[in-house]
Amino acid sequence: MLNNFFHLIGSVSILFLQESGRITLLLWKAVLLTFQRPFNLKDILRQMEEVGIKSMPVVLITGAFTGAVLALQSYTGFQRFNAETFVGTVVALSITRELGPVLTGLMVSGRVGSSMAAELGTMQVTEQIDALYTLAVNPIKYLIVPRLLAALIMMPVLVIFADLIGIAGGYFVSVKVLSSNPYTYMERTWNYLELNDIFSGLFKAAVFGVIIATISCYQGFFTRGGAEGVGRATTKAVVLSCLLILIFNYIITALLF
Amino acid sequence: MYLVSCILFFSSCSSWFNLGILGILAHFRHYFIMLSAAEKTLIEVNDVHKSFAHNHVLRGLSLAIRQGESMVVIGGSGTGKSVLIKCIIGILSPDRGNIFVAGQDIGSLKEKDLYQLRKKFGMLFQAGALFDSMKVWENVGFGLLQHTTLSKKEVKKRAIEKLNLLGLHQIEDLMPSELSGGMRKRVSLARAIAMEPEILLYDEPTTGLDPIRADTINALIVEMRKKIKVTSITITHDMVSAYKVGDRIAMLYQGKIIEVGTPDEIKNSTSAIVQQFIQGKAEGPITQAEAQI
Ligand SMILES: Nc1ncnc2c1ncn2[C@@H]1O[C@H](COP(=O)(O)OP(=O)(O)OP(=O)(O)O)[C@@H](O)[C@H]1O
Ligand SMILES: [Mg+2]
Repeated sequence: MLNNFFHLIGSVSILFLQESGRITLLLWKAVLLTFQRPFNLKDILRQMEEVGIKSMPVVLITGAFTGAVLALQSYTGFQRFNAETFVGTVVALSITRELGPVLTGLMVSGRVGSSMAAELGTMQVTEQIDALYTLAVNPIKYLIVPRLLAALIMMPVLVIFADLIGIAGGYFVSVKVLSSNPYTYMERTWNYLELNDIFSGLFKAAVFGVIIATISCYQGFFTRGGAEGVGRATTKAVVLSCLLILIFNYIITALLF
Repeated sequence: MYLVSCILFFSSCSSWFNLGILGILAHFRHYFIMLSAAEKTLIEVNDVHKSFAHNHVLRGLSLAIRQGESMVVIGGSGTGKSVLIKCIIGILSPDRGNIFVAGQDIGSLKEKDLYQLRKKFGMLFQAGALFDSMKVWENVGFGLLQHTTLSKKEVKKRAIEKLNLLGLHQIEDLMPSELSGGMRKRVSLARAIAMEPEILLYDEPTTGLDPIRADTINALIVEMRKKIKVTSITITHDMVSAYKVGDRIAMLYQGKIIEVGTPDEIKNSTSAIVQQFIQGKAEGPITQAEAQI
């Protein structure tokens, strides 16, 4: 019984180390290849469109409603000790530091991570990745590097938009629905917001972008076993990148900001 | 002659210290290859083993392919023919044994050199492996777009030429998903020959084609060898095609090459296993061995 237990713990931790090692190795190879010629700008731009432009609607809607609900909730709380005027501050800080990057990360990993894993997974099981090797093209350079760069660049951009629309959503609810004073609201928003708050959010966003692209490409790249394998890879990509986003979010906040 | 052996001897002596005994052996191989240019071995597969989990597919396979030769590999379904050519081009790496291409041990090559070596190869995948996000002509011209500075227009022109050569007209702007199985196979073949490689690996080029198309492909393989002197390995189940395109035929059975010979030698083989396979009989040693497992 006890033996079995230790066996389980042992094999799980070996598996964990193996996987994380392989993921890191893949990321490292991609980073090295990023600086090697040729730089296929066209592929990077196409992926930036895929990751950035096409995720915009989802991210904007998420941002707007998050800002709105934050205003509503904090108003209810702050009213109890007559601090309604600080709603703007709370909305701005929570959105830029936490909710903007985290929620954007989660939405993008659902939208983009799954499609990256499915696309690369299908290419793997139909031997298209092998075909790249035979045509003397490095599939890590050709497939993974553009996705990694696109996610790294576009995640912060998405978060800037999420921040703006989140604050706008909070403003709308406070001023139009709860009829707070618009001038005090804006003043309280800007006065307590530091550049550091925004940068910390953007830094997180970049890290989340790397997490999403690396995990999803890894899952796709090493897919085994037909259509079922592709399905499994897609699920794993989304679940794992969401979990890692939440974990790294804590680590980054605790260590850096 | 003495001079040659002296040089041979001394260079071997110095390499003894530099490279150890393996280095010397490699040296001798090198001289041997240089001296016997007529029978130059281009690809040498040496005692290769490959397993997937508990499935021991290749079990000490050895095969030598000469420069300019067309080698046909026959063997039952699932015996590891596709695995063999994937090992040769370096997509799969053997668990044991070595593969030499043009005197280079591909297992010990640096990644960069391996990519360089792969430019000598063209490969037709059994299932086509076309890039489904690209148009047909982009598939065919992929190598040219990646490795040359040719303009898109020029690449497209060349891709269309290759497609026409294979009896495909006006399909260059379609997507692979819009093609029939046989068309896809020929597009894949066009992609394999587009860079005019020195070595071509064909994985079942004629399966899934009608007899007339199949014969066109056979003629093409023969022509590629005669005109551009390509060295090729063709995997096939189709004995008509095997006799037609092969200078030599090798039979893969239970993870090893059990016989290699010219088409006539194979036809007159005394091995009951080879005879059962080439005559396509249901009764014989192959099926008996399978029944025992
Ligand atoms: N990537 C892989 N992972 C696991 N097993 C594999 C892999 N590739 C091949 N195999 C196994 O190796 C064996 C040989 O496969 P291979 O594709 O080489 O057969 P084949 O001789 O080409 O057969 P066919 O004539 O049907 O194409 C099969 O049992 C197959 O299951
Ligand atoms: Mg096969």
